Amino acid sequence: MRITVTVDGTTYTDDVEPRTLLVHYLREQVGKVGTVVGCDTSNCGACTVHLDGHSVKSCSVLAVQADGCEVTTIEGLARDGQLHPVQQAFHDNHALQCGFCTPGMIMQSIDLLADNPSPDEQAVREGLEGNLCRCTGYQNIVRAVRDAADHMRPGAGPEAERVAGDAGSRAASSVGGGGE
Amino acid sequence: MIPAPFDYVAPSTVDDAVRALAEAGEDAKIIAGGQSLLPVLRMRLAAPTSLIDLNRIPELRGVRDDGDALVIGSMTTHYDVQRDPLIAEHAALLAKATDTVADPQVRHRGTFGGSIAHADPAGDLLAPALALDTEMVVAGPDGRRTVPAADFFEDFFTTALRPDEILVEVRVPKHTGWHAHYEKFNRVAQAWSMVAVAATVRTDGGTIAEARVGLTNMSSVPVRARAVEEALVGRPATAESIRAAAEHAAEGTNPTVDGNADVEYRQHLARVLTGRAIQAAMAG
Ligand SMILES: Cc1cc2nc3c(=O)[nH]c(=O)nc-3n(C[C@H](O)[C@H](O)[C@H](O)COP(=O)(O)OP(=O)(O)OC[C@H]3O[C@@H](n4cnc5c(N)ncnc54)[C@H](O)[C@@H]3O)c2cc1C
Ligand code: FES
Ligand code: FES
Repeated sequence: MRITVTVDGTTYTDDVEPRTLLVHYLREQVGKVGTVVGCDTSNCGACTVHLDGHSVKSCSVLAVQADGCEVTTIEGLARDGQLHPVQQAFHDNHALQCGFCTPGMIMQSIDLLADNPSPDEQAVREGLEGNLCRCTGYQNIVRAVRDAADHMRPGAGPEAERVAGDAGSRAASSVGGGGE
Repeated sequence: MIPAPFDYVAPSTVDDAVRALAEAGEDAKIIAGGQSLLPVLRMRLAAPTSLIDLNRIPELRGVRDDGDALVIGSMTTHYDVQRDPLIAEHAALLAKATDTVADPQVRHRGTFGGSIAHADPAGDLLAPALALDTEMVVAGPDGRRTVPAADFFEDFFTTALRPDEILVEVRVPKHTGWHAHYEKFNRVAQAWSMVAVAATVRTDGGTIAEARVGLTNMSSVPVRARAVEEALVGRPATAESIRAAAEHAAEGTNPTVDGNADVEYRQHLARVLTGRAIQAAMAG
């Protein structure tokens, strides 16, 4: 079947088998290998992308279902070499170890901040319920999301999908890391 | 893993979908949010020959006011149910239960109708659907028919839906101003209910005038805790009368045994969670 999908701002028209999962289309046909697969059961969230502005597990959507839609992956977040504030906050707060869960964590964190621009710790944990991390114990991930919230413009999120103007100039967070 | 090959159609009306389902034969499947179906296909636990996708049918999405009932389109997502103002006002129990379903990504795709049609005994929307006396409107080659929730859920993953029928919408009698709470017990984040209790109560002065209590995962289908409902009605809405009524929660239940819990433990949970659910409903 022929589909037309906009991925990270570029429009692609491709032939896919109906059984092709969106994540495999993104990785193997579009080349967006930043989005990864971590499980067979829709549990881990590593494959999270935004589909028309909302987070989805791209292993649990068919590529044909994205026909006519807009997809944002982790590769579409940075602008002119400048990290998205949530990416920057994950870096600053040592919110990753092996990094496998990170693309999904960041995409879901952005979705969460769009719904709730200043989440408390509980709200961050609930918002990231669908993303599993085998390494960090989550503490620094929660810190990173709250740090990002402090630095992001109100309302920035999947709809805005752009870097806050002051993100590059801010000092690195002083929050220490439990894993360091 | 990737699913076995299948044909795929995405009709734009219910009539076309019913026709496509009939034409595709008995090994065809409906796909709604795909949040239960796609994991099953990926693990090759099922291999339908065709998928009929309901996502491009606008008439199946959204909630409308129909006098003394709300009508919820089967393709309304969990995310939309959580935020719908009509549901918040007239069927708060559904919104509260939906808050506990899965995780945000799954709630963006997964649908109310998909959960009802899937009929997982641990699914969180079945007991609320039963407690609120909802009716399922289904469409097939011979037209539409309406099935009350009490007759709709037949067994584990089995409903009154015939293979050539589609769940179109769910009619929810208005429970305006009723207190509501869904109390779910599970082991870890994102896990399914071991047992959960859906409770909604109408008070008149300080007295409980009406009560509906549904139990999740206390049988192969959702069940009503009728003895609790009866024990509540006409009583003052006090902690003491709630506690006394909740003692009846496990009466007549025959819950399944799995790696999580045996019969006694599930029955204990049903009593404790019923008390908590009604208390929380009254407080909310
Ligand atoms: C990680 C994870 C955690 C989850 N946790 C929970 C949880 O805690 N509680 C909970 O309740 N659910 C949970 N779910 C399931 C989720 O709620 C699903 O959205 C729901 O069970 C199925 O809805 P769907 O729209 O995705 O249906 P699909 O997966 O598309 O379909 C499910 C089944 O129903 C049939 N079907 C769907 N719609 C119709 C229709 N309109 N007419 C006829 N047949 C139809 C399909 O053919 C299929 O057999 C979880 C799912 C995942 C992946
Ligand atoms: S790969 Fe694990 S949820 Fe998608
Ligand atoms: S950093 Fe390794 S899984 Fe999260």
